Amino acid sequence: MHLHEAVLSDSPQGIGVLCLGAVGTLAGTALGLRAMDHEQVPRVALVSAVFFVVSLIHIPLGVTSIHLTLNGLVGLLLGWTAFPALLVALLLQAVLVGHGGLLALGFNTLAMALPAVAVFYLFQRMSESKHRSIHFFAGFTAGSSAILSSAFLISAALWVSGESFELAAKAVFLFHLAVAMIEGLVVGSTVVLLRQVCPERPFLTTPQGLQERM
Amino acid sequence: MSNVIENAGSYGASLAPTNGWCLNGVDPRTRLIAAFCFSMVVTALSSPTTLVAALGIAVVGAGWTGALTEQRWKRLIPINLLVLLLLGLLPLGGGATPVLSIGPITVAREGLVQAVLIGLKANAIVLGVLVLLARLEMASIGHALGTLGVPAKLTHLLLFTVRYLGVLQREYGRLRAAMKVRGFRPGVDWHTYRSFGYLVGMLLLRSVDRADRIVMAMKCRGFYDRFHPLDRAALTARDAWFTAIVLLVLAGLTVLEWA
Repeated sequence: MHLHEAVLSDSPQGIGVLCLGAVGTLAGTALGLRAMDHEQVPRVALVSAVFFVVSLIHIPLGVTSIHLTLNGLVGLLLGWTAFPALLVALLLQAVLVGHGGLLALGFNTLAMALPAVAVFYLFQRMSESKHRSIHFFAGFTAGSSAILSSAFLISAALWVSGESFELAAKAVFLFHLAVAMIEGLVVGSTVVLLRQVCPERPFLTTPQGLQERM
Repeated sequence: MSNVIENAGSYGASLAPTNGWCLNGVDPRTRLIAAFCFSMVVTALSSPTTLVAALGIAVVGAGWTGALTEQRWKRLIPINLLVLLLLGLLPLGGGATPVLSIGPITVAREGLVQAVLIGLKANAIVLGVLVLLARLEMASIGHALGTLGVPAKLTHLLLFTVRYLGVLQREYGRLRAAMKVRGFRPGVDWHTYRSFGYLVGMLLLRSVDRADRIVMAMKCRGFYDRFHPLDRAALTARDAWFTAIVLLVLAGLTVLEWA
């Protein structure tokens, strides 16, 4: 769910939200870029690409289908670097698929990446714990709380930018309650798999294989 | 879906330069800035006549440049789904002049008008940007952003992501095919969600290995934090003409709105 600048530009508050989003994303991206060194660029880029490809998969939910967002997973893997990664992925979504607009890019990125960073600080330790049984729980809460927080930020932006959007804001949030459930199950399973297949390797270090093989 | 990714290399569907196509040779930087300015100006508009004029100009532009041919019109779908949602929900939000009331539900005129205006504005912006950036490769957008002062790490991130979209798409296709031959059919159950979770995990694991190989290959070739684009374009007379036309259109819209 991405907002478009045409929706938010009706009122001064909406324009304020757009500006706030742009400033927040600028700051977050600056921090994220500082946290990433040149050798990590390909890894982060591939996470962006996975995010983009996965967002095109439709998953059945009752009579309808949803698409995964996975910003919680991106947060768990990348920390602050989630900002540049999501910025790039959302730019591609705006330009190649038509999700969201160029001016709303700042707000949309902030709404996705801020929960991702929060999730990193809250659940990253838990997702790397020695007890296997917690991995799924960590992934589930990370995935579902990240998407719920994003939905909350988007609904709040709608709500702030005009009273007439109240109903739309509520609808967006309620719909994401169901999405969060599925997102949580998927991210939980992903974390379980990642921990089982490569338990020793944290994601954002310089490639280990590289140092071994040189 | 596959369409989107296959076209990711170029913003348009085909790389073949068409004869006499009017935006050929205009510098990507000029076009990016023009798209940004167009979005800014149209976002600031609010009167119905100006919005219709802006949409009209975008439609004419689309006809002229062929920006909507070859599946590219599909990029208008997401924004119009959003507009449809608003068209359904905004009129129910209450307003001074009810048009229709069925039981407890009242459809207000203000909400309808607002939703229609949002629809006009959104379509004008999306279509305008589509026209201004038509047939631009994502890679040249990346390089253009680099020369416009975007940090090198961020443009590299963009260029790498664009480069590996297609690769990951094929990887996804292989994994999905493997699931299919084992009889996987998505449904609403725990098995489906767990399988999708493992699918995402496998995509990530394979891409980590791929990323490490990329780093090594690039080191072998002496890469140090800089790409050299082959067509270092300079601004030409075409850019001047293009800028003049865009400025004229934007000035016209501004005058129509506030005069």
